[in-house]
Amino acid sequence: MKKTGQLQAVWGVLPILVFLFLWEIVGRFNLFPGQFFFPPFSSVAKEFYHLTANGVLGKNFISSLTRVLIGLISGSTAGIAVGIFMGWKDIANKALNPIISLLYPIPALGWLPLLMLWIGINELLPITIIFICSFFPVVYNTTTGIKNVDRRYVYAAETLGASNMRILFKVVVPLALPNIFTGLKLEAGMSWRVLVAAEMVAIPTGIGALLMQAESLVRVDIIMVCLIVLSIMCLTFEKIFALAERYIVGKWSNYA
Amino acid sequence: MPDIRLANVSKHIFRGINLTINDREIFVVVGPTGAGKTTLLNIIAGVTHYSGSVFIGGICVDKVSPGKRGVGYLFQGLALFPHLTIESNIAFGLKALGMEEDVIKNRVVSLMEMMRIKHLSSRYPHMLSGGEKKRVALARSLAPSPQILLLDEPTSSLDHQTAKYLRSELINILRKLGITTVYITHDLREAGEIADRIAFMSGGKLEQVSTPKEFFFNPQNDCVSQFVGMPNILECTRSRILASGLVEVTSGEIRMILPYDGSNIKKIAIPPEDIFISDVMPPGPALNRFTGVVEKITELNSTVRVRVSVGKNTLLAELPEAAFDELSIEEGSKVYVVIKLRRLRYVE
Repeated sequence: MKKTGQLQAVWGVLPILVFLFLWEIVGRFNLFPGQFFFPPFSSVAKEFYHLTANGVLGKNFISSLTRVLIGLISGSTAGIAVGIFMGWKDIANKALNPIISLLYPIPALGWLPLLMLWIGINELLPITIIFICSFFPVVYNTTTGIKNVDRRYVYAAETLGASNMRILFKVVVPLALPNIFTGLKLEAGMSWRVLVAAEMVAIPTGIGALLMQAESLVRVDIIMVCLIVLSIMCLTFEKIFALAERYIVGKWSNYA
Repeated sequence: MPDIRLANVSKHIFRGINLTINDREIFVVVGPTGAGKTTLLNIIAGVTHYSGSVFIGGICVDKVSPGKRGVGYLFQGLALFPHLTIESNIAFGLKALGMEEDVIKNRVVSLMEMMRIKHLSSRYPHMLSGGEKKRVALARSLAPSPQILLLDEPTSSLDHQTAKYLRSELINILRKLGITTVYITHDLREAGEIADRIAFMSGGKLEQVSTPKEFFFNPQNDCVSQFVGMPNILECTRSRILASGLVEVTSGEIRMILPYDGSNIKKIAIPPEDIFISDVMPPGPALNRFTGVVEKITELNSTVRVRVSVGKNTLLAELPEAAFDELSIEEGSKVYVVIKLRRLRYVE
């Protein structure tokens, strides 16, 4: 069993090692067209070390992380609350669904020009963009999850004497968790993508801003460092929610 | 325990139903799919809207919420909460009633012991077998000490042995608790075994409400007799005890030996599906085996009805089409008739 696990880990890492090796070869021997703009992996790793050691990467990373955490947590919390309300109360669904349906298709970055005028270029701007980016999909998935809970569970809870609130929070919301997590997982990675775009356009700090500075200095190695950090953060955030889902829902996910 | 009365209750196909289910009675409802059986339970439980009135213990409960009707409901499909352990499932209703932790724990443990599921307490429903899930669902519905129990096909989708075992346990529990029970089943044998009265529903109408004996021997209309399978009824001219639990009965030229604890059998009802026909002599002892002549063969949808005369008696057998195809018989053929004892019904 342990051996199989180790073998799987090797198979997970091996393609990445091969990729890094090929990258190193292509970069070192100038095998890529436009050789000046393609540094080998070792140069990128060295720059990663420099940026970490002099605190530039850390400072920008913390700025971005803070914005993502505030935006994602507030957007998801609001999304879950509104989604529960819409899923549970038909009247709320009838009142809000047309509005949500109209606003949901707008790409989060589409709000940027409007928000720049309304909010100005400050910390609140990327947080608001991430809030919007998280809010709508989480509302949609939560509403769907609540509405899709089999009515028999509600009937069973009713006949057992549970109050409406008890039915909602002890039966319906837990059973809607798989859907809610689908929304959260989707938005966990998406929030980083949206953040970088906002930072690139309007904000002077953060990973996105560092990317733009590197571009103006033609520092391809720094750009690649930023892209690697973004890739890792997107994956990490998605993984955190996937693990949380497995921990919370995995125990009982095979419905009776 | 209270009685249940439905006065002019309607819901979709369910129109103007009037029905009284007596205190402590086990009232079994049978009928084809879509007859409105589950709707009847949902109306009594109050989990669906309806017109008309429902009285429990003489009190109108139309405005009373499901949780306050004193009803335990075992749903078809069970509806065990998948995110709660078995212990938490059973405790759910007790917590909803605001009972103290100690009282809840004791009650849950005693129910789990009664249902023999104590070893499953920390598992989740998806980890359980079909029979175990049914026990948990029953324990959960009994936990708040309901005055009425509604059981929607509690033994369905179980293998024959498990269903039989669960049924006998269920009968013991229901008799012990003396709880007014409405029990839905498709299984006529099960209905006959446990019912004080049987109701037959079809198309939202109550076609017949009667004791099991009346139900099986005197179907009141074609609809009921088609469902029951109009039995062969033999008038017994003589019956005598051979040994303890064994009786020999005579009806014309037919002489049968039956497992029975009484002595004075007047009528026997034999379902047509329980009459076996063969064109060659079946192996084994010649017990309850007769020779007869095929009078008429009628092909139905997936079965074939064969009317056989045995002396002055006429028996109607119903065979699966595949089984009939293996026989080489026609009207006038001599055949062997074997009566299966599985579902015989008697009138003393």
